[in-house]
Amino acid sequence: MDETRPKIIRAVDLRKNFNSFSAVDGISFHLSAGECLGLLGPNGAGKTSTIRMVYGFSPMTSGRLEVFGLDIKTRWRQIRSRIGVCQQENNLDPDLTVFQNLQVFARFFNIARKETRDRALQLLKFISLENRKDEKVTSLSGGMVRRLVLARALINNPELLILDEPTTGLDPQARHQMWERLELLQANGLSILLTTHYMDEASRLCERLIIMDHGKILVEGKPADLIRSYAGDHVVEVVNPGRDVKEFVAAHDFLHDSLDHRMIIYGKEADRLFDVIGDKFCQETCIKRLATLEDVFLRLTGRELRE
Amino acid sequence: MSSALHITYISWRFVRVWHRNMLVYRKIWLVNFLVPLFEPLLYLTAFGVGMSSLIGRVQYRGEEISYTVFIAPALLAITMMYNSFFENTYASFVRMYFQKTFDAMMTTPLSLEDIIAGEIVWGATKAVIATGIMLAVVGFLGLVYFPHGLMILPLSFLGGLAFGTMGMIFTGLVPSIDMFNLPIFLFITPMFLFSGTFFPTSALPAWAQKLSSALPLTHLVDLCRTFCLGEFTTDTKWSITYIVVMIVLLFPVALVVMRRRLIS
Repeated sequence: MDETRPKIIRAVDLRKNFNSFSAVDGISFHLSAGECLGLLGPNGAGKTSTIRMVYGFSPMTSGRLEVFGLDIKTRWRQIRSRIGVCQQENNLDPDLTVFQNLQVFARFFNIARKETRDRALQLLKFISLENRKDEKVTSLSGGMVRRLVLARALINNPELLILDEPTTGLDPQARHQMWERLELLQANGLSILLTTHYMDEASRLCERLIIMDHGKILVEGKPADLIRSYAGDHVVEVVNPGRDVKEFVAAHDFLHDSLDHRMIIYGKEADRLFDVIGDKFCQETCIKRLATLEDVFLRLTGRELRE
Repeated sequence: MSSALHITYISWRFVRVWHRNMLVYRKIWLVNFLVPLFEPLLYLTAFGVGMSSLIGRVQYRGEEISYTVFIAPALLAITMMYNSFFENTYASFVRMYFQKTFDAMMTTPLSLEDIIAGEIVWGATKAVIATGIMLAVVGFLGLVYFPHGLMILPLSFLGGLAFGTMGMIFTGLVPSIDMFNLPIFLFITPMFLFSGTFFPTSALPAWAQKLSSALPLTHLVDLCRTFCLGEFTTDTKWSITYIVVMIVLLFPVALVVMRRRLIS
């Protein structure tokens, strides 16, 4: 069914080099109308570089990139008039009030004055800031700022919303506020491209995910499929595993990761031997849980620190 | 490729950037108006009243004029330079670097070139407003010959474009905001002092006169004096040409250095 929907973004062999460093190393992907596609990856994986090319902020080194069927190289102005972008930094205009931030942005899109007013008030209601309309943006909390950035990105009624780490640095309440609004937008048929390194965010919002690292796409698929393929159904974490567990796991060829003080074993639902580990080797130093996207992510991108 | 000149990326939309700055300016219009209103009074009191008792009258183009009449046009030229240069250095840098305003603008149909054009035209507009207020003050004091003096207004726009473009180039080059001290020390302060502002350049040795006549402010001061005194000479045409050529040459440079700085 995915294939019948028109393609909003079509990227073929997209590359971005900074001098000799290859930030995006030949990736191809698409985004269908009404879809939410998530780009996941550790810091420096190339997520931001990728989306910056999509909204024509940063010129690509090579490859082909079309948004709404238009070539980004030549039709960037038209493309930008039909998309909304929330950049990573909260770059609201501190010299302006909440309302003026929306008003000034609307002018950049050449939206008529009367329409701007209606649309801005409607958006302020949508992000529950209608009572703070005339305040300076410097007086807003982190969550409110982020919501206002979202509202600003929606001022031109975009067909595609691009979000670069929309909830980084927000408290749980603010994150959920943000998610609820994004889900509403999605329900209304807005296409969304987002980057995140929160797995819960990705699995909640995105129909399809791309996990990237070192500028390349590692895997692509639906969250549930990725979990099933790369981390199974259930996970047992054994703290300070003894020699017996290690031997048992090795003997039965279980999918596992051995850390310094912890062994993580991945098993399928129907795996009876897997249950044996829980019964036989686990007293109090075991955690049995469902496999998550985070398992997939760490398995694919490794556990070393990225700085 | 990213540092190429994209002059065709400039559209009428640059007015929107100008408009944004105007909106912010209007919020504190009183402060913005007070400086050009009272600054000439301070200068004219200090130099005109204080110094002219020491200096008396000045020889200018074979005529004797009072020291106050001599420096009033220079104050107008300096105002054009300061308003646009400071707007397109410190103020533009703050918007670009600290507030990330340009980054946000570049998610909309605005091009970087629209933004830079809007910023420079805004800097020139600020120069026009400040010069206009100051012109009213010195005109009221009888130091300007009207209607010729009204030519100062279009001139302030031209002067503003020239110094704003120059400022924007430094904004594209300086690594940090403190580094603006360097171009100010190397260009702005020497021009403030040696462009025939507070004494005629004829008082300088021949080599320094030549150097001075290469400075843009010298031409702006000359033009202001011409318009204030209402006496046109053949130099007038050349000075205007100088300013226009300066804008035409420096504007593409400003676009290129800003593109190199912001687009990667």
